Amino acid sequence: MSSGEFQALLPLMLLAGSAIAVMLAAAFHQGHGTAVGVTLVGLGIVFASLFRVTPQQVGDLLSIDTYALFFIGLIVLVALVVTVFSHGYLAKFHLKPEEYYMLLLLATLGSCILAASNHFATFFLGLELLSVSLYVLIGYVFRRTTSMEAAVKYLILAAASSAFLLFGMALIYAELGSMSFGGLGVGFQEGIGGSKPAMIAGTVLMLTGIGFKLAVAPFHMWTPDIYQGAPAPVGAFVATASKGAMVALLFRFFGDFPVFRDNAVFTVFAVVAVASMTIGNLLALRQRNLKRILAYSSIAHLGYILVAFLAGGSRGLEAATFYIVAYALATLGAFGLIGALATREGEPESVDDFTGLFWQRPWLALVFSASLLSLIGLPLTGGFWGKFLIVTAGVNSARWTLVILLVLNSAAGLYYYLRILVAACRTPDLPSSLPALRFVDSALLGILALLTFMLGVYPEPLLHLIRSLVMAGNS
Amino acid sequence: MMLLWVILIPLAGGLISGLLGNRSPAAARWTALIAMLLDGLVAVMAWQQADGAASGRWVLTFERDWIPAAGVRFYLAVDGFSFPLVLLTVFLGILAVLVSWKGIKERVGFFHFNLLWVLAGTLGVFLTLDLLAFFLFWELMVIPMYLLIAIWGHEHRSHAAIKFFLFTQASGLLMLVAIVGLHILHGRATGNYTFRYDDLLGNGIGGRAGFWLMLGFFTAFAVKLPAFPFHPWLADAHTEAPTAGSVILAGLLLKTGAYGLVRFVVPLFPQAAAEFAPMAMAMGVAGVLYGAMLAFAQTDFKRLVAYTSVSHMGFVLLGVFAWNAVAVQGVLMQMICHGISTGALFIIAGALQDRMHTRDLERMGGLWSVVPRLAAFGLLFALASLGLPGLGNFVGEFLVLIGSFQVNRVLTILAALTLVASAIYSLRLVQKAFHGEVRERWVIADFGRLEIVIMALLTAAIVWLGVAPQPVFRMSESPILRMLEDGSAAAKEGGGR
Repeated sequence: MSSGEFQALLPLMLLAGSAIAVMLAAAFHQGHGTAVGVTLVGLGIVFASLFRVTPQQVGDLLSIDTYALFFIGLIVLVALVVTVFSHGYLAKFHLKPEEYYMLLLLATLGSCILAASNHFATFFLGLELLSVSLYVLIGYVFRRTTSMEAAVKYLILAAASSAFLLFGMALIYAELGSMSFGGLGVGFQEGIGGSKPAMIAGTVLMLTGIGFKLAVAPFHMWTPDIYQGAPAPVGAFVATASKGAMVALLFRFFGDFPVFRDNAVFTVFAVVAVASMTIGNLLALRQRNLKRILAYSSIAHLGYILVAFLAGGSRGLEAATFYIVAYALATLGAFGLIGALATREGEPESVDDFTGLFWQRPWLALVFSASLLSLIGLPLTGGFWGKFLIVTAGVNSARWTLVILLVLNSAAGLYYYLRILVAACRTPDLPSSLPALRFVDSALLGILALLTFMLGVYPEPLLHLIRSLVMAGNS
Repeated sequence: MMLLWVILIPLAGGLISGLLGNRSPAAARWTALIAMLLDGLVAVMAWQQADGAASGRWVLTFERDWIPAAGVRFYLAVDGFSFPLVLLTVFLGILAVLVSWKGIKERVGFFHFNLLWVLAGTLGVFLTLDLLAFFLFWELMVIPMYLLIAIWGHEHRSHAAIKFFLFTQASGLLMLVAIVGLHILHGRATGNYTFRYDDLLGNGIGGRAGFWLMLGFFTAFAVKLPAFPFHPWLADAHTEAPTAGSVILAGLLLKTGAYGLVRFVVPLFPQAAAEFAPMAMAMGVAGVLYGAMLAFAQTDFKRLVAYTSVSHMGFVLLGVFAWNAVAVQGVLMQMICHGISTGALFIIAGALQDRMHTRDLERMGGLWSVVPRLAAFGLLFALASLGLPGLGNFVGEFLVLIGSFQVNRVLTILAALTLVASAIYSLRLVQKAFHGEVRERWVIADFGRLEIVIMALLTAAIVWLGVAPQPVFRMSESPILRMLEDGSAAAKEGGGR
């Protein structure tokens, strides 16, 4: 391995190293604070090391290009935020949660490998690293029965979907004789396999695995239970980092291996996109549990991202990347708030818990509405530009049906977000039972809200960054 | 630069009064009032400085890069068509602050924050001519309005607020798709990917694509207007909103729809608009008659006034799609006068509601002897609303009728029938509320000094517009002619292809 390649892999190795450091630190100096400290320092170093990397292909397995670096950076930042939220959250439960942070780091590592993967082997490796860590993380606060139930559900479904994914990979390998994305692309261009049934079957089976992680319909069944059952910070991680990594992989894999140009496969994707948008929004309409609303709405949001994916081209990639960033900011804010307001008895999950928030905790309400408004996609929040870019991408490739369905769906989506805001505006009957916030949590929530608004008012820097990193790396 | 201040001052004023509100409600009110007065002053000064030097389409512009990566510019411009609407916004804004002086007691700071941000959004809509930035302001004015209804509204406020929001948002998103579609089709044809209004004029997009894009814009504006099948949100929102909210909704938000039709729909898509004109005019006439009918059947004071808006805005739709100089001038006049007269009626309804805690016309009656001053103003503005010559509304409706008569006789004659209908519902309103026998022994206060001042201002405005409307015509003549030219020239060119 050359020193350049070594340097390119440094961020991933540092992540793995941090996980080990957390483990060792627990052996010498037990304590929640130590574990959090080591994790934060580790993630900080990883993030700093990203700037020292010269983009390159490392062996056959990983491609550390600017595209991967962008997503790794995003995932690491998400992990940082999740770590801070976890600290406050877990402290309420008097656990000895050192291994929690180790698992979180491993999940982060898995996500980063997914984002950099361009080979079936690393794809599967990253996926499993992520999934296995999440099994434990989701069930971590095992005293809550919903948490345990969610973990078992996720375990069974994730394992099953991995099996489908493997089978799909095997079929495609059998057809094209290559496991690297580039090699598959070459095979595909040369017309080997063409539209043979095995290829299509393989792609659709792989879609099952990918779709499960993205939580798009019809592979969405687990989402509401996991979002509701998992500790709020873990929910945030599942909703953002894990999905972000999968979106990165989706674009890279199908960018190299444009099998969806086949009509049948395209139709399958389009149906998945439309079903996600519609099912997600419709099921959210009658929910009163905030975390379940977020779950269903995330199904719809990933449907929107699939529209950008189907629009294709550089505009589609740009739109999806921007959207995932805006979505991550908003989702982290919402989950962070829920987690920060949790008590030993539970989390404020019902919409009714937020009644009168505007009058009792105006700043908190402002932060909360920043998240919700961005998820709605209202102007002056990051979510608006995300939606705008997706519409632009869709119109540009004349996917009118998808765009119109997206628009109608976002209008339907308004209703359930608004209901939360209406509750927050209502005059409360009782004094609020919500606990006070730690300073760190409120500061971090404030920063997230501020970023959401800044992205809404002036999205130019992020657009610029996406153009120079993501598009350059994946053109 | 001055144009930017016109939008920034209410934004800043709103923030300051929002922060002051917790400590001292009075300070919040004064801040809001001073901000709006200052805003009016800046707008007038800017206009006067630039007016003489004006050449070309705009009297005054302000343009900066905003998001070059997406082709969005921050582009403000004003001409003789939008300036009267800016003045109307500031005028009604000042009155909205004044009518809330005593009526709003809770969360005063946040109320004024929302009020001023709606006004800023409205000003932005009238001034912004980069289509995407326009869309941002278009949406921006909805959220604070939603909060005004949802927090300070009457009994069924949540329902009304959600309905209002859903209607405007869904239609707004269709417009977003149309804006993006226009941006991309125009970019493909010319290589210039832009949202600038001036560049997009004469885009020559006709045929089916042009028609659908036009329809996207039309839907959004028709919902705000509201045109006949899109009006269900209006009555609820107007009725449940607090007085200042109703004034702004009826006086300004509806006008943004009319403004959009004149400024964007026809000039950008002349060919499609010409094809669609008979349909749109028929929708207008349907609104005129249906609104009048519904107004006649109401027993709730505010609901009645709300439905008269549907009727009056039908005239706007009729006039816009008649698309000649007389009709469009009539449309502008109708917009301004309807803003003033309906605003006044909502203030009167609000005053009655504050005193009697009901809006039910069946429980009123004989109020003339109880509150003579209030009743007199009520009669005056009811007469304005029915189109009495000498008051502004007459000028607007009459010009629209003259203008559209040249285009479509049958529809114009049908629309003219409403002159009878509006007399019936307006006089019924006066009859039920102020005349007749006293049904319940009300002991309520008449208009105080502040309310007299507000009403006097509104009266002066409506009489002035009715007797001497010439300044408005002079100001708006050249921009209207220019827009007509844009519309017809491109239509011919497109038709020739």
